[in-house]
Amino acid sequence: MSDNTYGDRLAIREALQQFGRLNQAVSDLSDEADLFAAGFTSHATVNVMLAIEDALGIEFPDELLNRSTFVSIDALAHAVGMSRGER
Amino acid sequence: MSSPEPTWSALRQRLLADGVLAELGEPGMFALGSRFTAVFEALDALYVRTFANLDAEVWRFPPVEPKSVFEKTDYVASFPQLTGSLSVFTGGTAEHAELLKTRASGEDWEGHLEPAGLMMSPAACHPLYAILTGTLPAGGRRFDILGSCFRHEPSPDPMRMQTFRMHEFVHAGNADSAMEHRDETAPRLAAMLDSLGLEVDYVPANDPFFGRTGRIMAASQREAALKYEIVTHVYGPDVAPTAIGSANYHNDHFGTAFGIFDADGDVAHTACLGLGMERTVIALFARHGMDPELWPADVRAVLWAVHG
Repeated sequence: MSDNTYGDRLAIREALQQFGRLNQAVSDLSDEADLFAAGFTSHATVNVMLAIEDALGIEFPDELLNRSTFVSIDALAHAVGMSRGER
Repeated sequence: MSSPEPTWSALRQRLLADGVLAELGEPGMFALGSRFTAVFEALDALYVRTFANLDAEVWRFPPVEPKSVFEKTDYVASFPQLTGSLSVFTGGTAEHAELLKTRASGEDWEGHLEPAGLMMSPAACHPLYAILTGTLPAGGRRFDILGSCFRHEPSPDPMRMQTFRMHEFVHAGNADSAMEHRDETAPRLAAMLDSLGLEVDYVPANDPFFGRTGRIMAASQREAALKYEIVTHVYGPDVAPTAIGSANYHNDHFGTAFGIFDADGDVAHTACLGLGMERTVIALFARHGMDPELWPADVRAVLWAVHG
């Protein structure tokens, strides 16, 4: 089994830092922190998703395109795994 | 057996045959006749009377808006498929000659035009926010906006025109006052439309956000219950009803984008009540027939009662 989790989380944090328009630094957020409580909006999720897909060469399946996929860094890492057909 | 007629076909034929509308030669482009216009004006006046208590400031805008305004609304990120921009000729004699050569050959010559930096307004209230940059008074402000909208969704269905007018009552204030504006005005609009015999429903809705990413936007909009539509059956009970009005809470989307603040210095929240004028007029013709003189007396009384 491959362990992409660390690299995935780095890419997710990078995408959030660049496109998340959060009201605090991504480095101050835990993996479980509620991103919407940190100022994340549905408009911003779009750019974050595209950046993650680009960085990791994946495509989120349609059934993951909802708010709960974007609620935390953990949730995003899980979604990345699902997109690869893992888990 | 012949293929089934499209649901809109019969209504379209009746509207054209009786001169309510005339075709202009492109899908979703119609000329509006005198019967249409008489109903439009009566409906508009009724709408303004219904919401006279808001004491709304009247503002009117051109049908095109500067690209700088369009950019701030983020519209092209969400609705590229509906977007339209204006192109103009900026060349000299030589470029004009090239254009005429292309035209004479029967090819499309619009490629010789350049983007003008002007966008077709997709929603009547969008340019309003550009004049609100700054701080609102305590209690916020209320606006009466009637404007022309363009959405690139060519269709022969007379209920889906490419250009149409939307009459909106907009509020800019704080989160509570914006939500209150939406939730107080929408039931009154629904009641007004019911009094015209349209038997409307008020239902949660989402905008037609584009593509894969649009699915997130649409799901979020529904989860947060930001948008409601007032719908009516135009093509009978077996066909999905059509939206003729909407009530939207924009959260702080426009407040952030245009730098609008409430009296406490927080980013402003906005909400709007919108009535799709062409759609509502056509829904009335579909419901009551092509001759307004023959419409039910109670409907005529609401539309054409003598006031004042």
